[in-house]
Amino acid sequence: MKKIIVTVLGPDRVGIIARVCTLLSDRNVNILDISQTILSGYFHMAMVVDAANCTVSLDQLLDELDALGKELGTRIQGQSEEIFQMMHRI
Amino acid sequence: MIDIVEVIETNEMIRSENLDVRTITMGINLLDCCDRDLDRCCDRIYKTIMATANRLVATGREIEHKYGIPIVNKRISVTPIALVGGTACRTSADFVRIAETLDRAAKELGVNFIGGYSAIVSKGMTGADELLMRSIPEALAKTERVCASVNVGSTRTGLNMDAVRLMGEIIRETAEKTADRDGLGCAKLVVFCNAPDDNPFMAGAFHGVTEADAVINVGVSGPGVVKAALEKVRGESFEVLCETIKRTAFKVTRVGQLVAKDAADQLGVPFGIVDLSLAPTPAIGDSVAEILEEIGLESVGAPGTTAALALLNDQVKKGGVMASSYVGGLSGAFIPVSEDQGMIDAVERGALTLEKLEAMTCVCSVGLDMIAIPGDTSPATISGIIADEAAIGMINQKTTAVRVIPVIGKTVGDTVEFGGLLGHAPIMPVNRFSCEAFIARGGRIPAPIHSFKN
Repeated sequence: MKKIIVTVLGPDRVGIIARVCTLLSDRNVNILDISQTILSGYFHMAMVVDAANCTVSLDQLLDELDALGKELGTRIQGQSEEIFQMMHRI
Repeated sequence: MIDIVEVIETNEMIRSENLDVRTITMGINLLDCCDRDLDRCCDRIYKTIMATANRLVATGREIEHKYGIPIVNKRISVTPIALVGGTACRTSADFVRIAETLDRAAKELGVNFIGGYSAIVSKGMTGADELLMRSIPEALAKTERVCASVNVGSTRTGLNMDAVRLMGEIIRETAEKTADRDGLGCAKLVVFCNAPDDNPFMAGAFHGVTEADAVINVGVSGPGVVKAALEKVRGESFEVLCETIKRTAFKVTRVGQLVAKDAADQLGVPFGIVDLSLAPTPAIGDSVAEILEEIGLESVGAPGTTAALALLNDQVKKGGVMASSYVGGLSGAFIPVSEDQGMIDAVERGALTLEKLEAMTCVCSVGLDMIAIPGDTSPATISGIIADEAAIGMINQKTTAVRVIPVIGKTVGDTVEFGGLLGHAPIMPVNRFSCEAFIARGGRIPAPIHSFKN
């Protein structure tokens, strides 16, 4: 299991989740969990995904998420889950 | 499972509060580059650095991408060059050749600084040590990325006052040789007492002789994160204040630990230490001074500043120690003037003086740092400033340092611009009374007694 956290930050719009899910499914990345919230007026979504069987390199997947974010006028970022585990779990 | 609120918190720290890993510094042992022939010595130094650090910058970038955390600097520290070049160098000019070799390697590898153009002379100077020290002005004028440091004392050995006197002259000469760049050479020169072997921060980083062939040390940062956390507990008691700093320092340090381990694994080099320092930058919201003001001071420099800084420094250590398996380096709050917008503002509004900064260095790392002083300050006065700071370190068993910049042709009221992370600085007044006779004595100040602590 290679867990990646995909976050989406920006104004809420139709189809964002669909586009992100399509990209992930095209790359054979499995979605484990999705949660979303509105904080300080911003739409936040966080997905926990498993990239163990991803068909492209981690580097490329992160680049593609970033590019999709730019296309949709929102911020989409993938990060290895370890940074959150390290910071928030002892 | 990680909670969305935790994800948002981490990313807010990175995006709005300037959380970053300040530096990944690779320490490289050069002792086996010693040779009687200078050309061969330089060649070995160059090849060793290039072979050991060839993947450092690329690995740093990969880690940044993977975790979404900026790693501001990738740097190298090497064995003190006075030891490495001692056999080959007959003159100061020979040592400058080694400095140029280091600079070339740094440029080709894409690291912004290489530290270790250093001499450890806490008790006495060898011939090679003195040649290196005398070569520093020329070496720093001719190179761009080389950083120099000299350790002039320690709690165990006392202070080498001959070296203190010499360094006053060397700092002055370095300022003169780089006068066209407002004395920029002095921004790359640190005089230490109790210098640590594993410090990842420039300009004082070197790879001590107690270290392995190569090691990865990481310096974390995050003054902005601490400031933002403290904004939420305004008016609360010291207990709440201290808990908040500790929790924040823990989180910041965990990121450093993660990055250090990952970098060490990927590079096949042992992980050394995480340095817990709060390192400010000139960016707005990345200031140690602003934290002190958030704690409750109208301006840094006001009465209470030393106590607030002591508290901050101690809580950062308490929070950080548990977050990392090995802590080392300088580990404390840095209070450089030119690199911290809050400090610059405090000096400009007349709230912060050299004497108050000296008091502050008693309770935090590292010392009088990045302070611009008038160009007509005498070498003896600079030595006096070094001696005072080194005495604080010696007696209190802590690292202290001096990095002052005499700006030739400028005086109090003027400002100097160093650019980038080095920032800009108003020139600060220095006490005008002389310590010439004190510095002229020569010899050593004996090591202090280690009991009867008061």
